[in-house]
Amino acid sequence: MNKVLAQQPDAASAAAAPVIEFRNVTKRFGALTVLDDFNFAVAPGEKVTLIGPSGSGKSTVLRILMTLEPFQEGQLTLAGIPYHEPNGKGPFRASDRHLHQIRSHVGMVFQSFNLFPHMSVLRNVTEAPAAVLGLSRAEAECRAIDLLRMVGLADKKDHYPAQLSGGQQQRVAIARALAMRPRVLLFDEPTSALDPQLVGEVLGVIRNLASEHDLTMLLVTHEMRFAREVSDRVCFFDKGRIVEEGEPERIFTAPAEPRTREFLQSVLG
Amino acid sequence: MDWLTYLPSLAQGALVTAWITLASIAIGAALAFAAGIARVEGGRAVSTLALCYTEVFRGTSLLVQLFWLYYALPLVGLSFDPVTTGIVGLSLHVGAYGSEIVRGALNAVPVAQREAARALNFGRVHTLMRICLPQAIVEMMPAFGNLAIETLKLSSLVSLISIADLTFRAQSIRNITLDSATVYTLTLVGYFLMSLVLMLAMRLIERMVRRGAAFPRAAHA
Repeated sequence: MNKVLAQQPDAASAAAAPVIEFRNVTKRFGALTVLDDFNFAVAPGEKVTLIGPSGSGKSTVLRILMTLEPFQEGQLTLAGIPYHEPNGKGPFRASDRHLHQIRSHVGMVFQSFNLFPHMSVLRNVTEAPAAVLGLSRAEAECRAIDLLRMVGLADKKDHYPAQLSGGQQQRVAIARALAMRPRVLLFDEPTSALDPQLVGEVLGVIRNLASEHDLTMLLVTHEMRFAREVSDRVCFFDKGRIVEEGEPERIFTAPAEPRTREFLQSVLG
Repeated sequence: MDWLTYLPSLAQGALVTAWITLASIAIGAALAFAAGIARVEGGRAVSTLALCYTEVFRGTSLLVQLFWLYYALPLVGLSFDPVTTGIVGLSLHVGAYGSEIVRGALNAVPVAQREAARALNFGRVHTLMRICLPQAIVEMMPAFGNLAIETLKLSSLVSLISIADLTFRAQSIRNITLDSATVYTLTLVGYFLMSLVLMLAMRLIERMVRRGAAFPRAAHA
């Protein structure tokens, strides 16, 4: 197999200590192996898009990073912190406190937004900074208003999620995740649940975020044109492994692996 | 007009019924939340304990439970006055049924909500109190409304442990006057009026929690 491909981080990400590093991670759901001896590293500030057929393990990578799913074998570190503790117990092999510390660096945007329906837009964005980071109401609101302005929804702050369109809800969800000031932001198919005419406004917000140098972004998406435009690196997943990865231009114009070519043909038509 | 002469006695009984019912609903609701939350959020020991409580009190007759509390418990040295016994028995019964309502509603909160809470680093208590319960409580209200009315009607069983509630008074009057039709009609009307008040009160509470939660049902989709 070509050395540039697959399981090795490329030159750009190897330069700095990786912010995320999967080493030989295996994740199983019962008898089903979702990630198979998986290796993957992301440099600080890097924007990486994960593409591939459904069930190939892309979303699982994000869910493991967010500590929504445990993994069975291998090592995973985030900003140098290993997910598993030496004497960690339970499926996550770590204490609640340790997981709490890891999660303080990561944020996630979900496919179906998952806003809290019983809280106003403003409350959705202020709740975590106030309750988890200990910000005062005023500080949290100040931060929230800035973020809502950034996603163009400051005027909707007193609305409830059910009163917003899907695109607006997802923009609030992005503001909510950013309010925790994560180093790593995960997007799990952020536009897949949206009507086609609402996709653009969400991609616009993510595009603006991609120009932030400090923020590391991992994006699972089926929007190929967008992936090509915003990412530093594209990883093609199949059957729990990265089959091919590289700069978007190369992956989209000259994929080396037949499976990548096949997949791109099927989604780009 | 015989029936007018029955009213003072029946009204006194109705007051006792109302007191026992309201006290049992209040204590039962507390038990229901404690046991229901323990089932969903507790560790193995706590949730098993809650399960045992629920199944024992759901699975045995309330009347026998009341007899047991009233006649058997004093034999081991614990005795309460009849009204306390009635409230304890009814509360335990209501709590057992209510815990299933709480458990069901908590489990019906979409998993995605817990995941969002986890992604924002909320602790378990915060997730329960601020994310899950406020959404679940809205779903609990119709079932709690039913249970409240059921409690009112079940409370007539306390007449059998010598509490002078509405049913007990009705029996006494009938035994003396043999005017069954009038007495029992009045009693039914009495229960119905009380349940009407209870129903309206539950509606009011439902509206309050819904406004507190302030979201249309569609938001769950």
